[in-house]
Amino acid sequence: MKFRQIALGLALATAGLTGVVSTSVATAQEKVQFFPSLTGRTGPVAPNATQFANGYADYMKLVNARGGINGVMTLVEECETAYATDRGVECYERLKGKHGGATVFQPLSTGITFALTEKIPADKIPMITSGYGRSDSADGDIFKWNFPLIGHYWVAGDTVLQHIANKEGGWDKLKGKKIAVAYHDSPFGKELLPIMEERAKKHGFQLQLLPIPAPGVEQKAIWLQVRQQRPDYVVLQTWGVMTPTAIREAIAVGYPREKMFGTWWSGAEPDLKDVGAAAKGYSAVMMQHGAEPQSDVVKQILSMVYDKGQGVGPRNEVGQVLYMRGVVGAMLSVEGARTAQAKFGKGKPVTPEQARWGYENLNLTQADLDALGFKDVMRPVATTCSDHMGSAWARVHTWDGTKFVWASGWLQADKTLIDPMVKASAEKYAAEKKMARRSKEDCQS
Amino acid sequence: MFYRENGQFKIAYRADQQIFPIAQDRWAVLALIAFAFIGVPFLADGYLFRAILIPFVILSLAAIGVNILVGYCGQISLGSGAFMAVGAYMAYNVFVRIEDMPLVLALLAGGFFAMLVGIVFGVPSLRVKGLYLAVATLAAQFFCDWAFARIGWFTNSSSSGSVAVSNLSFLGWTIDSPVEKYLFCLTFTATFALLAKNLVRGAIGREWMAIRDMDVAAAVIGIRPMYAKLSAFAVSSFIIGVAGGLWAFVHLGSWEPAAFSIDRSFQLLFMVIIGGMGSIMGSFFGAAFIVILPIFLNQALPWVGSLIGVTVSTAMISHAEFMIFGVLIVWFLIAEPHGLAKLWSIGKQKLRLWPFPH
Repeated sequence: MKFRQIALGLALATAGLTGVVSTSVATAQEKVQFFPSLTGRTGPVAPNATQFANGYADYMKLVNARGGINGVMTLVEECETAYATDRGVECYERLKGKHGGATVFQPLSTGITFALTEKIPADKIPMITSGYGRSDSADGDIFKWNFPLIGHYWVAGDTVLQHIANKEGGWDKLKGKKIAVAYHDSPFGKELLPIMEERAKKHGFQLQLLPIPAPGVEQKAIWLQVRQQRPDYVVLQTWGVMTPTAIREAIAVGYPREKMFGTWWSGAEPDLKDVGAAAKGYSAVMMQHGAEPQSDVVKQILSMVYDKGQGVGPRNEVGQVLYMRGVVGAMLSVEGARTAQAKFGKGKPVTPEQARWGYENLNLTQADLDALGFKDVMRPVATTCSDHMGSAWARVHTWDGTKFVWASGWLQADKTLIDPMVKASAEKYAAEKKMARRSKEDCQS
Repeated sequence: MFYRENGQFKIAYRADQQIFPIAQDRWAVLALIAFAFIGVPFLADGYLFRAILIPFVILSLAAIGVNILVGYCGQISLGSGAFMAVGAYMAYNVFVRIEDMPLVLALLAGGFFAMLVGIVFGVPSLRVKGLYLAVATLAAQFFCDWAFARIGWFTNSSSSGSVAVSNLSFLGWTIDSPVEKYLFCLTFTATFALLAKNLVRGAIGREWMAIRDMDVAAAVIGIRPMYAKLSAFAVSSFIIGVAGGLWAFVHLGSWEPAAFSIDRSFQLLFMVIIGGMGSIMGSFFGAAFIVILPIFLNQALPWVGSLIGVTVSTAMISHAEFMIFGVLIVWFLIAEPHGLAKLWSIGKQKLRLWPFPH
């Protein structure tokens, strides 16, 4: 009998406390720039997304160690999404108003990006989706609050095909070839397909689509198809535990790793280190940076954050591919806020709306990047009102059994091909939403 | 002492047949509904609405639908996520393909198509029972996952497979602030809860319960199993479909098939089992348990950690959340196998005597 009373009491107490706790977290700090971090430290993408979150948090600590953004300290609060869209939306709602307002969101999930794209214009909070999210959001005239800075899936698809074409000796050599795309069966995977189809049409190669249902630990059927049909190349658009599984299955069916190319979410250390030497020859296109343990920014993080015992993750992962992506993401977040400060008042925290102006008028020259420690890591980024991407460079690296080595020079996505696609897709989105392109005056504000 | 029907004389059959024959119940429920409609909008903030109350209200509606099928008619279904998906995608298609389609009609149309699909996938229930039926309804789940991911027509040929709606309005009333969204969903849930409550008290609800308790005996006393089972599937999937439409349109705004995966089906089934099978009230308890408790744990753990001076990492919070949540499910099911609704009725029973011992 008592047991039941306790049960009843607990149920009521839980319902009551939920309201209390969610409102009782104090937000009294002054003069901080709040950067929320939606993490995927658990769930099917944990091995990969954890590194991103560590890099993001560590770079923010480095910014503080360097003296903040003109004296304004950064503050990171994490919320765990486990790569689930509904939890991501809950996290967004939880964090957006905290600590004086969230500067910018980086959800690291295409599903969450799609959901938040509908919410951020009303809340007036910008969102950076470097290398993922909606490709058409590069059109800043329609997607005012989205910033796929330095790359999106179509850039990844275009550059990986460029690399394949270079290997073959030119685009015309691709005619009649068969390229398979093994992709995560979700918006994340499908977003890659339009550029592949466009290129296939243009150059006359055959595309074989191989959807892999999430989380992707069961891929036997797909690789059986690969074994039967023997495509000339396989492009992987996978994420999380799906990637090492795909490479293992490829080994099992005897498909050569030299003919497998990942996009930039499918070619990092967590994907390959357990497969080790057997994965030798596997390549992946990288959004500008790769693994950069020698870069100045990594050295600074080690000396100014890890040597003081403030590092978030394991020391030996600092400088790995996805860690660097977190660092680059954090750097872009911070530099946008710094740009906004230059216009709206130095040494004061900027509002999300002001930060949006910063991201739209970002102009990171090579000298700026070198000064920040990104020499040989990144190329210049300059955004405008209509171009929210700002840069479309990539490189390809190859796994040599223990680490990645560069296998190509700088590749630039073909703007003449991608820009019309971005524009057409954005127009379609705007038509569905019955919204108009931004006016010239809106760009000035 | 306070919760007794002494002195409440009923002089007409109508009075005896109303939903809440006891005056205290009637007033309590009316007060609760009034509070939900009038009080809550003044008390809750944007976060509470968008992250907790709206999902809770919508999933309560879905749980009511599942409860009709599983709790009242005894047909275990693992296809609830699929019916939600049908409701969402068909409402979307009706909404974007027909010019000036009213939102409410689109949502009801989504429910209608979910009903049709529900009836089709309910046909196996005429031959297979219990766990076997659960496996058969899984087919609905996998089929719908496949259809919405693969057939371009459903997503209006969206390249990513993700669809979005916005500019929701109802008779000139634009539904965009969290409070308006909450009230919109609450209206649906309250209406359907009331309809469902009446339905299960009536002839058709009694047929469902007879089928649940023993289908052979029910057939012997003249209940047509086919009619009873398929009507349960129809009503249940209609309500689930409407909830799916609300979940997609109002809560998510933009969604992909993964929003209605097999996990969602399990989640809804657990809501019904934990909340209480065969109880409309239990659906609300179950939804509250499944929706609110994980979020509560997620936020309370760092707070508890800071009280005792420990910084809990994000990943640890997430793991602990799963563990505590799992333990609580087991504990509640041991403490009260008939669900939270049973605890509720025990509480009411005790209230009849309270505060005096006799």
